[in-house]
Amino acid sequence: MSLKFGVVVFPGSNCDHDAYYSLKKVLDYSVEFLWHKDTDLKQSSVVLLPGGFSYGDYLRTGAIARFSPIMNSVISFANKGGIVIGICNGFQILLEAGLLPGVMIRNNSLKFSCKDVYLSVDNRDTIFTSEISKDLLSIKIPIAHGEGNYFADEKLLEELILNKQILFRYSDADGNVNDEVNPNGSQLNIAGIVNKNGNVMGMMPHPERACNPTLGRTDGQLIFKSIANYILN
Amino acid sequence: MFKATVLIKRRSSILDPQGVAVEKGAKHLGITNIKGTRIGKLIEFDVDVNDRTAAEKEVTEYCSKLLANPIMEDFEFNLEEVK
Repeated sequence: MSLKFGVVVFPGSNCDHDAYYSLKKVLDYSVEFLWHKDTDLKQSSVVLLPGGFSYGDYLRTGAIARFSPIMNSVISFANKGGIVIGICNGFQILLEAGLLPGVMIRNNSLKFSCKDVYLSVDNRDTIFTSEISKDLLSIKIPIAHGEGNYFADEKLLEELILNKQILFRYSDADGNVNDEVNPNGSQLNIAGIVNKNGNVMGMMPHPERACNPTLGRTDGQLIFKSIANYILN
Repeated sequence: MFKATVLIKRRSSILDPQGVAVEKGAKHLGITNIKGTRIGKLIEFDVDVNDRTAAEKEVTEYCSKLLANPIMEDFEFNLEEVK
């Protein structure tokens, strides 16, 4: 399979160009934008739902974007095993679409939180994390959200743990997970999860904002390189 | 035609940070006896059919698929016939 990222553009997406820039200009991958009113995924091997405020976050975050024409194609692509990554608002859309379990509520701090965070990597044996070396105690990636407080009931949390679906948790630089480093109140400090089949991933932190060495952060590259390696090998 | 009024409430088991924030505002105002503020949504619209059962079916679908997220919210609605 050839590697090609499709970046979906919803009305209100604002990280679509960052994602495009990082994938194309920094990592030299093939990328194309996918317009929300289209249904053609243009032979993308990976679909990326970017961050932003799709449809103004009206009703609930991601609730209306989930019914865009392109999302029918994304859902059937995902159900056939296609690789989908949702970042921030993209994660919220995946939750609303039912491609990932759980819901997102407002940060318990009640503040929009925009800063670098450290993430412990709980499962490095996935399409999205295989390139993250075991020597790294954590990775550093920025967050920027007001509604990133991940909620799941006890039964679902047990299931996520059992199936190793939790990929990233908010931690300190040494990978220690505790309440002090939880920026939004997420249960178990959850920052990113994968579906049971392992092909759909959502994360609140922005890896596309941590790719360009000139800007001082490159850990986001590891996630995109993991995906690329999976497809190319 | 029916006039629909939908009430959407967040389940009591789920934290409502917005309600907590608003209640803090009440305390700052000197309104001190308020407890357990929770914020929901009230949504109004018309349903352009004459049959009540058909209207109920359509509103239920609208609520369960879009207006409410069944994982964290419950909904109820009222239909008032208008001429």
